[in-house]
Amino acid sequence: MAASPRSIAWQRRRRALAQAWAQYRQHLPGMIGLVVLVAIVAMALLAPVISNPDELHVVNTVDNPRWATPSEFPLLGTDNYGRSVWAQFVWGARISLLVGLAATLVAVVIGSLVGIGAGFYRGVGSAILQRLTEWFLVIPFLPLAIVLASILGPSVENLIIVIGITSWPSTARLVRAQVLTLKERAYVERSRALGASNRHLMGRHIFPNVSPIILANLTLTVPIAILSETTLSFLGLGDPTRASWGKMLEESFKAGALSRGAWWYYLPPGLGIMAVVLAFTLIGTALEEILDPRLREQRR
Amino acid sequence: MSQPLLSVRDLHVTYRSEAGPVPAVRGVSFDLAPSETFGLAGESGCGKSTIAGALLKVLPPGTDVTGEVLLDGEDVLQMTPGRLRAVRWTEMSIVFQGALHALNPVQRVGNQIAEAIEVHRTAPDAGARVAELLEVVGLPARRASDYPHQLSGGQRQRILIALALACNPRILIADEPTTALDVMVQAQVLELLERLQRELALSMIFITHDLSTLSYVCRRTAVMYAGRIVEEGLADEVFARPKHPYTAALAAAFPLIGDHAHRMKPSGLGGDPPDPRDIPSGCPFHPRCPIALAECTSAEIELWPTGEGRNAACVRVLDEARR
Amino acid sequence: MSFRFVTRKVLAALATLAFVICFNFFLFRVVEGDPVANLFRGKNLTIEQRQELRREFGLDGSKGEQFVRYLEQTARLNLGRSYSTNRPVRSDIWERAWPTIALVGVSSLLSAVFGVLIGIVAAWHRRSKVDYGWTGFTMATYSMPDFWLGMLLLVTFAVTLGWFPVGGITDTSSDATGIAKLFDQAHHMFLPALTLTLAYLGEYALVMRSSLLDTMREDYLTLARAKGLRDVAVRNHHAVPNALLPVVTLVAINFGFVLSGAIAVEAIYSWPGLGLLSYQALRGPDLPMLQGLFLVFSAAVIFFNLVAELLYGYLDPRVRTQ
Repeated sequence: MAASPRSIAWQRRRRALAQAWAQYRQHLPGMIGLVVLVAIVAMALLAPVISNPDELHVVNTVDNPRWATPSEFPLLGTDNYGRSVWAQFVWGARISLLVGLAATLVAVVIGSLVGIGAGFYRGVGSAILQRLTEWFLVIPFLPLAIVLASILGPSVENLIIVIGITSWPSTARLVRAQVLTLKERAYVERSRALGASNRHLMGRHIFPNVSPIILANLTLTVPIAILSETTLSFLGLGDPTRASWGKMLEESFKAGALSRGAWWYYLPPGLGIMAVVLAFTLIGTALEEILDPRLREQRR
Repeated sequence: MSQPLLSVRDLHVTYRSEAGPVPAVRGVSFDLAPSETFGLAGESGCGKSTIAGALLKVLPPGTDVTGEVLLDGEDVLQMTPGRLRAVRWTEMSIVFQGALHALNPVQRVGNQIAEAIEVHRTAPDAGARVAELLEVVGLPARRASDYPHQLSGGQRQRILIALALACNPRILIADEPTTALDVMVQAQVLELLERLQRELALSMIFITHDLSTLSYVCRRTAVMYAGRIVEEGLADEVFARPKHPYTAALAAAFPLIGDHAHRMKPSGLGGDPPDPRDIPSGCPFHPRCPIALAECTSAEIELWPTGEGRNAACVRVLDEARR
Repeated sequence: MSFRFVTRKVLAALATLAFVICFNFFLFRVVEGDPVANLFRGKNLTIEQRQELRREFGLDGSKGEQFVRYLEQTARLNLGRSYSTNRPVRSDIWERAWPTIALVGVSSLLSAVFGVLIGIVAAWHRRSKVDYGWTGFTMATYSMPDFWLGMLLLVTFAVTLGWFPVGGITDTSSDATGIAKLFDQAHHMFLPALTLTLAYLGEYALVMRSSLLDTMREDYLTLARAKGLRDVAVRNHHAVPNALLPVVTLVAINFGFVLSGAIAVEAIYSWPGLGLLSYQALRGPDLPMLQGLFLVFSAAVIFFNLVAELLYGYLDPRVRTQ
């Protein structure tokens, strides 16, 4: 029995994926990024196992020493309320990663839909989408995020929404540019001449060719989202009931950790953020090189 | 010939790449006499453009260049940086292919020509000299204040020729000067080059894949394949009576206008030129050669003489000589 | 640069400004139905008090009436009255604008200059230790939250070493004037400026590096070398001017964005600028102040985007001679 076109296509995709992975493995910075990211995600997932969540709440830590150094109170000492910094660090990783990924997903989904719509269709609808994208690009992120966050109220869900709806324009612009170039390609015109519907064109031709760009953009948007969450939490707009790295920085600053020399409180969250951001950036750069053969040429 | 102006001896050029060394030129030798026109023909990737860069030593840093490039007896490849910079453009210059980015897009073309003049101090008034050069190539003097994107392809090519002549070189290397142009403009540029060569008594190395233009301009020619010269001699002779099967294929691939029989039977050669990193053993042409013999896969191929000033790198030439 | 080109860009900028003004209104009024209820969450208000507050903040009347009133006020540059200080928003913004402009101006200049230089060095010595070292450094600074970097610098240089003051713009105890006062302010500005410079130079370095690498592939550079120019001359007269074009516009655009991006850094250093004003307005939340600041920040971005477009049109002869 001859293989169906669909199964052939899937076989081809699987092979392409394996090839891409083989190429990725050779990219040293990309591999470093991947390893670091996996380590941090593992740490976040194992939070209940490697730390004591009770130490996060002030009511439980009344008897703990305040401002204990890491040598006095493993693993990372305590804060001004006696809470375990290590617990905050490990549980905070969850929030930072969660918000970063979820907000990025929101932003990329909205941005891709708008971008594909604006690029593919002509006429008034597309023009409106394009204008909208450009206008939103102009609005500075932080003020908008601050306003939205203070109106919506501080919670993890709201933070995801806020960061998501302030970050979609750059994805939209990128996707639209790509769709425009794809639209002019010969195989799209041919398909249209054969009577393909818009939905068919979008699903079979445009979308599969835009997805690599979207994927690379996604990995490079996550660090921005994580940094945004950190800043918003630092400014007091984060969820007061959940630990996050940004919140650790806010509280350490407010509690005077700087003048006290309590480095164990403000150093780890910053380093954690740096590590995650660097990891995603390295992964994103590796993906870009693999998916864009032009860039690969330039590595010679 | 008496002391040649330029003598290239056993030139090897190997590029460095992430995937390993790429030998683009593998032992090329030729001479150039004063006021002589010499053609270098071949398909893309055979190494002919690399030679242009090697002669002036402007290949990317890290590229391995060995052999000798004797200019009046002095080896360009061994010159000190200062001497090399002085020799560039004043003794030898290159006319690049006039695509848009051969010229600096944010600088006026007149200034780009004047820069060469000022660096070498070859004329007291650079502006006047620029106007003079534009006139020589048939452009109005006011074109000097234009930017490259404001010129047509043919005009840009003329500017590149004017630029190449700026410091009165003795040798002009034309690297695919007509490739990007329309046929009518090609004819004008070729005519210009041919006239300049005559009037200024320049030596010219004409690099191209277009055999029709080559025969028009050049007296002698060499045909390159996979980084080596496979045939050389008088241009008319080489293309009318080729001794190497590759030359024959190259010449035959150009359709003769008006020849119906030829049009109905296209005679292109199957296959592609070999990847420089993976050159076949023996004669590099044997996989595509229509008259290959068993020994072609392993024999040591050299350029063997096959007549007065004629050489070909084919074992069949040896058989002929023996008969 | 043609008059038509300039007018077209200016009109587009004004249209965007109009959008932002309208958006500003709806953002505050429509997103949350009853700002008064939201503002005074948790406080018990009588009906009369609520109505009084609504009237005071211009929240009575239909949305349409409110909108028209808002447009009128904005046209007259009346941005309302602050909830916390009760002074006109306009005055507070005006006072606090200068420290931010000074801080961001100096930082933008320094980060652009050093970023470009690093980018040039990294690209010219690409794939060498020099390149990897600088690229690594810039990636590291780029990955840090800018205010966290500020905290580290503060701890090291102000708290531990005591070389710089811990915050503010002047020494409140001294009453120096003139040059001495300027020096004092510069002394206070050093650490915040260093923080912002380090935070932003990474982007310029990376962009300049990749722009220069693209440029270095071009034929006209080989031509310049063949003409007999020294490598340094090839780089400085041909490669860099071409590579610099995208960077120049980036600097102009960024200036608009960084004005609002310095909020957290100003908070760390208690730098009395628009950022600190925003941070304090958040506490309330002081809605009129936030609304006014939002408008000002957006207008700044629009303005500098326009500057960037005009600048590019002027510098790139391909655009200029259309």
